[in-house]
Amino acid sequence: MATTRFLEWLGRIYIGLLLAFLYLPIIIMALMSFNVSPFYQLPFDWTTEWYASLWQNDQLIAATWNSIEIAVITTIISSVLGSAASLALFRYEFRGKKFLQALLFPPIAIPWLITGTAMLIFFFGVGIGRGLFAILLGHVALALPYVIVVVSARLHTFAPELEEAARSLGANQWQVTRRVTLPWIMPGVIAGGLFAFAVSFDQFVVSYFLATPGQTTLPVEIYAAIRKGFTPEINAVSTIIIVVSMALMLLTARFFKFGGEK
Amino acid sequence: MAGVQVSNVSRSFGAHKALDDVSIDFADGGFYALLGPSGSGKTTLLRQIAGFDFPDSGRIAIGGESVERVPVEKRRIGMVFQNYALFPNMSVADNVAFGLSVRGEAKAVIATEVQRALDLVQLGKLGGRRPHQLSGGQRQRVALARAIVTKPRVLLLDEPLGALDKALRVDMQIELKRIQREIGITTIFVTHDQEEALTMSDRIGILRDGGLVQEGPPEEIYDRPRSEFAATFLGDANIFRGDATGNGIRLADGTAIAAGSGPTLVAGAKASCAVRPERIQIAMDAGATDGDANMLKGQVSKRIFAGNNSTYFVDRAGQTLKVIVQNTGADRLTEGQDVVLRWSPASTVLIAAS
Repeated sequence: MATTRFLEWLGRIYIGLLLAFLYLPIIIMALMSFNVSPFYQLPFDWTTEWYASLWQNDQLIAATWNSIEIAVITTIISSVLGSAASLALFRYEFRGKKFLQALLFPPIAIPWLITGTAMLIFFFGVGIGRGLFAILLGHVALALPYVIVVVSARLHTFAPELEEAARSLGANQWQVTRRVTLPWIMPGVIAGGLFAFAVSFDQFVVSYFLATPGQTTLPVEIYAAIRKGFTPEINAVSTIIIVVSMALMLLTARFFKFGGEK
Repeated sequence: MAGVQVSNVSRSFGAHKALDDVSIDFADGGFYALLGPSGSGKTTLLRQIAGFDFPDSGRIAIGGESVERVPVEKRRIGMVFQNYALFPNMSVADNVAFGLSVRGEAKAVIATEVQRALDLVQLGKLGGRRPHQLSGGQRQRVALARAIVTKPRVLLLDEPLGALDKALRVDMQIELKRIQREIGITTIFVTHDQEEALTMSDRIGILRDGGLVQEGPPEEIYDRPRSEFAATFLGDANIFRGDATGNGIRLADGTAIAAGSGPTLVAGAKASCAVRPERIQIAMDAGATDGDANMLKGQVSKRIFAGNNSTYFVDRAGQTLKVIVQNTGADRLTEGQDVVLRWSPASTVLIAAS
């Protein structure tokens, strides 16, 4: 009995440490965004001046909008293309299918530094060059394998007889996909889309290679700002992003029960 | 409604011949069972008729119209799948409405037809449920309602009762037969369960290794099988092997067995005789002989009592014969007892060696 209680407590302490490890840095950062001292000095004096000055920092705000825009477009494009690719891999047998599926995984494992260099060279070679469009293309390429892997995993739980049943009832290919297959894989598409959004929004390395001085994304801008000299504005913008993205995640999780629901 | 004609259909998957020159005529409005062990090609044949797969050669016609290259969505068939294949994201009513809805029927028409179909399968009040809230038998009924609501030309059933427990299966057999009679639709039913095939269908086709072994009404196949496979796959049979004589066969030890039906065979050719276990009388002694009855002596090796009947296993010249005796309250035989088996030539079918 005593050992059970002891183990129970040990488990609680473990969970507590894990959560502290995950969230403590974020919480401190969020607190410091409300602190008067720009050098993390105590005592803690409450202020919102960093948030106010954030609104004056046009460069940071422009970069934020760029990041949001690119992440949203990346999410849409890679979700649609990735889901279509997963469906094709699921439905059809063709030569080299196994090879093609195996090719999906290396991009996830290849260091972004290498992918970024390769993209930079390639985009210059084909005349696309650098800039927001190049960043968007790069992000879509990075996000696609994630979407395909997640949607394919969901498709594995799909009974192919459902498509056959729909066809036997007179439904054409499009009706089958829209009314039977897509509703089933939707949680996978949403999860894949969230991955794509995260891959794009968090992306620093590839964006850094493809950004031009005037047109850049938030992570690249934050990095540049830190090099120039740290200001708590960075804490402020990071806090806003964390609050918004956690709210989005919780909302999505509330409406879509990932994986589990039949 | 329409009949289905399958003519000389063959289909291979790689080196494996799944269907080998199969021809069957499914009459309009009939209830037809395709019976065979797994791998016999019965499901492949059903999928050819449905249009999920196309034959390499041969012709398939529904209502006289050639369809062997028409895809499933244009064949106007109804199909019930082994695992029901109900759409999990839709309510029962939406499942049933699916076929009408993809066709673009008006909402009011769909509502009426769906209700009628659900009433027919006695699920009129469950339209709002989701498939996962239903029992196995109820899902089966929904799948059936969904398949017939579009008024298909033919109804195809792929082992539809396989997933149900025994008691429910018997209920559903009766129910399925009732519904089929009520709407008079040509029905083709794939099963590996011989009892199901016997009790439900007007005609049975027995398949083996991609070929049609025998085809006809259940009584005909049961009473006059044309092969050892047909005799043993549909029901139980005692098989004797020997050389053909004028009216039966002669066993290796010289015993003659007379057969009342079967093909005319050249004397001396390899042949067998089949006798159903329930046609054999078993007794402790020969008793009054009636001249032309077949008679064998043996020894009871085992008895299995099943309440309404008993099955005796009788050893005779290295062969174990099966005899089923109704429980009439008469003296029961014990294991180890010497017995005399007797049955009439009319109960014996001569079969040519294959």
